[in-house]
Amino acid sequence: MIKIEKRNDVSRSIYFLTPILAIFLTLIGGGIIFYILGFNPIEALKFFFITPISDLYGLSELLVKATPLCLIAIGLSFCFKSNNWNIGAEGQLIFGGIVGGGVALLFYNHDGFYVLPIIILSGAIGGMLFAMIPAILKTYFNTNEILVSLMLVYVAKLLLDYLVVGPWSNPEGFNFPETRQFSESARMPILFDGLRIHAGIFITLITVFLSWLILYKTYLGFQIKVSGLSLKTAKYAGFKGKTMIIIVFMISGACAGLAGVGEITGPIGQLHRNISPDYGFTAIIVAFLGRLNPVGIIFASLIVALTYLGAETAQIFLQVPKYTGQVFQGMILFFLLGSDYLLFFKIKFLGLKKNEL
Amino acid sequence: MSFDLNFIGILIGAIMASSVPLILAASGELITERSGVLNLGVEGMMIIGAISGFALMVVTDNLFFAVVGSMLSGLIISLIFGLLTQSLLTNHVATGLALTIFGIGMSAMIGKNFVGIPGKEFPLLFVNLKESIPFLGPVFFGHSIILYFAFGLPFLTNYFLKKTKTGLIIRAVGDSPTSASNQGINVTLVRYSCILYGGAMCGLAGAYLSLIYTPQWIENMTGGRGWIALALVVFATWSPIKVLIGALIFGGITILQLHMQAVGLRIPVQLLSALPYIMTIIVLVVISRDSRKIKLNTPTSLGQIFYKEK
Repeated sequence: MIKIEKRNDVSRSIYFLTPILAIFLTLIGGGIIFYILGFNPIEALKFFFITPISDLYGLSELLVKATPLCLIAIGLSFCFKSNNWNIGAEGQLIFGGIVGGGVALLFYNHDGFYVLPIIILSGAIGGMLFAMIPAILKTYFNTNEILVSLMLVYVAKLLLDYLVVGPWSNPEGFNFPETRQFSESARMPILFDGLRIHAGIFITLITVFLSWLILYKTYLGFQIKVSGLSLKTAKYAGFKGKTMIIIVFMISGACAGLAGVGEITGPIGQLHRNISPDYGFTAIIVAFLGRLNPVGIIFASLIVALTYLGAETAQIFLQVPKYTGQVFQGMILFFLLGSDYLLFFKIKFLGLKKNEL
Repeated sequence: MSFDLNFIGILIGAIMASSVPLILAASGELITERSGVLNLGVEGMMIIGAISGFALMVVTDNLFFAVVGSMLSGLIISLIFGLLTQSLLTNHVATGLALTIFGIGMSAMIGKNFVGIPGKEFPLLFVNLKESIPFLGPVFFGHSIILYFAFGLPFLTNYFLKKTKTGLIIRAVGDSPTSASNQGINVTLVRYSCILYGGAMCGLAGAYLSLIYTPQWIENMTGGRGWIALALVVFATWSPIKVLIGALIFGGITILQLHMQAVGLRIPVQLLSALPYIMTIIVLVVISRDSRKIKLNTPTSLGQIFYKEK
């Protein structure tokens, strides 16, 4: 017999262990899918999760991908902790990229240490402003932020498309849908010769530290957490709900914008149609997998970044589409959410009693 | 003038066709939401329906199997959502997002071998009437059976929710799961059924895209229609008839946008393509501003987890 009981208190160790369980279950699930597709599951999983990071270049690529994911997820954790469902980080990333890229093109003929900081800052502001649209509509018009932030993703994508095809396209680019390559002073410094890992990783790490500081050491962080636990309590305590909603959206938009500008000044070096392989959506999974905790999010971003690399390797060696990464990402979130059941309920395995036989 | 009138008829017919996937998916989601469940996985369920319908059409060469199969696969994938949110009590928003991400990935994996295969002609009804009657012909005739079903569905849904006992039970579960449960209604079972029904309708909506609307398989071919369907449910303030009206408006914008591009207006293509999304936002703002109006029909327990102590 199995008996299910509600737990009175949530165990902290299980709270951080269930993500590991979820990853383990995802590997099993992925193995089964590969088996159904006719691959040797162990081999396929090896191509997916070990081959990509078995050399220095692979490790650097892992960090290149984890850098934006971690940054966006950190921003999202502010929203999610306070029950604000910003799922349009992809749009905020793209808009940040557009603004930052525009400034980079503006400074095309400038040379100087000040160029890159201005670009980065403008990217962050761009993302922040774009995120304020759903926030303001939510606070003043009661509009559903999930739908608005999501619709804006499509708007941002189309705007980027318009710019790189039209007014911003490279004058010497034979009508390719892309801008000029940014000048050297507008690029993120590369950390090691021959690898793509760039200084953006420091922006991410600093942001992680700052957000830890805000979340755990300031009054604002306290407000965010209380509003997440109970809106009624927050109101009763006299927190200004509207201001807080706008602030958390601004923070997460700025982070997404930073991620966007980090991509275009880092690995990409120009604007084109696909500046992000859905980092903004995947970061939602990173935020949950990391339990909305700054340190947790660092680890989660590395794991989810690996699914990107794995999908690329698997595409080459197994000829499966690159979207396979999304199957794994979806599964991680499914299993993570599902295993949360263990947090709130105890499952007791009792021996069969005689009279039940 | 009769030529122009006929052209307008054809235009209206095209608008109707482009609104079909929105009507189907939004009507399904409406029932799910009325039972208090918010499933954000519409896009994922639609794309799974699209690929399974197309794949079954290619493999079995039978359109009936393809259509039924797409509904079944929508239902199966929504079962994952049901299992998680209803039995394992997970957060509806996060689970729905996972479903969409998973669905898009899965469909691309399945669809890998079906890219570039031409679709099959889907039988259209009353084709001779379409050509013989000006204006009214192209509006009312020459469509697929799924279109006629889609246009009847909102009325059926309305009748079902308002006049039948099952509809009443669904609304009771959505508005007050605790009292419904005290009345002896199995809340979890009702919600499971509504989730599965929503999944089947989203699957059908996807199949309409890959079998009839643009008869082929393209990765990510739903292109955000699932999200617009979700917005439509809010737009319609959970009323089935308004879903129909909303879907026609959005279908209209899509078709007009295509025609404006074809005519060669000096407006950037991308701005026109962005219109449906911008319109959605504007409409949501207008609808949501009046909080009393939106609360009138909103299922009170929407998106909340229901747990019954045993």
